[in-house]
Amino acid sequence: MGSDELDAVGVLNDPLRRELYRFVAARGREVGRNEAAEALGIQRTLAAFHLDKLADAGLLEADFRRLTERTGPGSGRPAKVYRRARGERLVSLPPRDYRTLALVLAEVVDLLGADEQAEEAARRAGERLARGASPEGGGAVAEGGGDAADGGARPGLAALLEDRGYEPYEEEGRIRLRNCPFHVLAERHPLLVCSMNLALCQGVLAGLADTGTSAELDPRPGECCVVFSKNNES
Amino acid sequence: MHLAQLNVAHMSAPLDSPRLADFVASLEPVNALSDVAPGFVWRLKGGDLPTDTVQHDYGDHLLINFSVWESRETLWNFVYRSPHLPVMRRRREWFERAAVPYTVMWWIPEGHVPTLEEGMERLELLRAKGPGPGAFTFRDFYEPDGLPAQE
Repeated sequence: MGSDELDAVGVLNDPLRRELYRFVAARGREVGRNEAAEALGIQRTLAAFHLDKLADAGLLEADFRRLTERTGPGSGRPAKVYRRARGERLVSLPPRDYRTLALVLAEVVDLLGADEQAEEAARRAGERLARGASPEGGGAVAEGGGDAADGGARPGLAALLEDRGYEPYEEEGRIRLRNCPFHVLAERHPLLVCSMNLALCQGVLAGLADTGTSAELDPRPGECCVVFSKNNES
Repeated sequence: MHLAQLNVAHMSAPLDSPRLADFVASLEPVNALSDVAPGFVWRLKGGDLPTDTVQHDYGDHLLINFSVWESRETLWNFVYRSPHLPVMRRRREWFERAAVPYTVMWWIPEGHVPTLEEGMERLELLRAKGPGPGAFTFRDFYEPDGLPAQE
């Protein structure tokens, strides 16, 4: 892990900055300074200061856009807008590298043609996640991620997806996932990883005993490939 | 430069058999999807009907897909980030597992319409020599300048 990674993540130490980062990330599009300031109930100059700090650290990408249709004299300067940077930051102390090993294992699955077994394993992993009995201990729920899963109230589907980094949001009555938690692997082994991800999500539904919801593949650029829909919609 | 891609697959049953019925049913919607996909340039058509597959002399039961795209990203988004992906997931139901590479890409000048012979030569090149600037894959991709893509 380079010191760049630590520096970038260190910029998020400020709670307000962290809120701004979360707000921009959750929009899934470009956000102007006014919009961010209003959403957090802070001064525009303060929002601009922190947004620029995040952009300097490479956590956000800044650009200039005309936010109104008007052009020509009197339409004003283009506004500065921000969106989440594509690059990922990995921080692990002590240093750990699960990605390299995961890529190697994915290649082995491809070589063996063992994708069906991989999907079955992913389905079981999803069930364990839902039951809060994952091998890594489970139960750890991120800030704002809902109820504790370790023996307490069982988190709902959205909270669980949020907790696993999928960034769920609703669109036309379905739950879509803004973030692919397996992005690097999905870029290298898309068919295998997207199939495993679908199986994992189906396992989560099974583990939650949520028979009213189904998971299917409906990929589109820049997002996770899985969507959840309610069954038997009348 | 534009990106040409050839894809061959050995069907595990004749195209008109019940086993391939779902695959045949997917041809029309998936072809329609590709034809309007961002970055789509051209594809080899088997005939006037949307379900017509490419006719060729490279053996029975060999299904051929051959298309040209503006960039790696546009082809990638069609193959893996569209309703094409769920169809491709079912490939084991319809096609034999391949022990050799079954898909190849290479750069062509814009406006050039590649021939199937050219495509099969590229596939042979990939099979014989492995990925290189003249015949490569998504995983071992080469830029138009002949350099391997950065990870």
